[in-house]
Amino acid sequence: MRITCSIAVGALLGAPAAAADLNLKIEIPRLTVAEYHRPYVAVWVEGKDQKFAGNLVVWYDLKQKNREGTKWLKDMRQWWRKSGRDLEMPVDGLSGATRAPGEQVIGFDDGKEPLQKLPAGDYQLVVEAAREVGGRELVRLPFQWPPAAAQTLRAQGEHELGAIALEMKP
Amino acid sequence: MKRSAWHAVVVSLGLAVSVPQAAHAHRGWLLPSATVLSAEQGWVTVDAAVSNDLFYFEHQPMRLDNLQVLDPSGTTVEPENRNTGRYRSTFDVKLESNGTYKIAVVGDALFASYKLNGETKRVRGTAESIRKEIPQGAEEVQVTRNQSRTEVFVTAGKPTDRVLQPTKNGLELAPVTHPNDLFVGDEAQFAFLLDGKPAAGVNVTVIPGGIRYRDQLSELKMVTDGAGRVTIKWPAPGMYWLSASQGGGRGPGAAAAGTLEQPQRRAAYSATLEVLPQ
Repeated sequence: MRITCSIAVGALLGAPAAAADLNLKIEIPRLTVAEYHRPYVAVWVEGKDQKFAGNLVVWYDLKQKNREGTKWLKDMRQWWRKSGRDLEMPVDGLSGATRAPGEQVIGFDDGKEPLQKLPAGDYQLVVEAAREVGGRELVRLPFQWPPAAAQTLRAQGEHELGAIALEMKP
Repeated sequence: MKRSAWHAVVVSLGLAVSVPQAAHAHRGWLLPSATVLSAEQGWVTVDAAVSNDLFYFEHQPMRLDNLQVLDPSGTTVEPENRNTGRYRSTFDVKLESNGTYKIAVVGDALFASYKLNGETKRVRGTAESIRKEIPQGAEEVQVTRNQSRTEVFVTAGKPTDRVLQPTKNGLELAPVTHPNDLFVGDEAQFAFLLDGKPAAGVNVTVIPGGIRYRDQLSELKMVTDGAGRVTIKWPAPGMYWLSASQGGGRGPGAAAAGTLEQPQRRAAYSATLEVLPQ
């Protein structure tokens, strides 16, 4: 199922380069634990030098009263350092509710930030997950932007994340 | 006996780290429940103690008489729920604003020792009170001014710099790297200032917490350069205790014997720093 939440950034790249289609699949593992909370997940783009280039996804518990769900945003430590602490959550078009275990599919629009203004080059997609009373995991997936050909890049989490696939079409 | 009485006086000021005569390694520290927070209107609770091992409250509580909390605008805020127990003090700070808070216990006092009829006596107070207390016939009068500063930084949201501005009194940390932005593998640079001026040649020690469960202290030792700076590469994530001191017959510029007019001066600084995993 294609999830079109507020994050869905539609077709990308208003840049002169041909529009690219970008789909991200994130598997949230089903865990057998006594106390399970859905993980907080952040997805962002950074340069080869790990310099932050733009946010794609922030899933957190935004339904709690008094915005108490912001308390655990800092557990996504890298994201918090690179971007989260500069933001006032929730952010339109970025933040969404936490997701259930299973495969989550998100489409991104290259006509919108941050892909719209992303200069051509080598990047890494970073997926960071942190689970209350659980662990934290960060997975990096190198990619080239804009994509030269249709391709699917894959990475595999071990604990808090499962299979990650980035489907790109020029 | 005398030693423990002296010690009680010192501890009551939260000054154990700056006892010039102390060969034993009591360490004063502030340990917050968190140093990096994303909650809005969050709280931190802080343990304050003087101990041998870091960070275990196993010796004396740190007295909170000289506790100062600065909010990100540099305004003093009142900590809540103060309590001093047998081994530790605790208090809470509500983080009403986003930015970096500084929590400090600051001491500045004169200590004198003298011999009367062959017995060593010690007093503390102001120059005036000490002058009155030292009796006629006292010999080998030695006066020391002990300045100490024990700090911890806590940041809600984005780190800010306002509270990092030095008071220009005593030995202080002037972070180049923000103290709430420390990550394992990264290099952090800190400058030390004495009365606001770069303090060169100061011995700085950094000890990782968790001493109870390892055999070696694993301390990092360094000396500040001409600009008063040191660079620390963090070997592992965790809480660290950083300390530095100058004077008191240990460092450069120590006087031979202090008088009431010109006390020997010792300035000590310590801070608790949290280093996060990448």
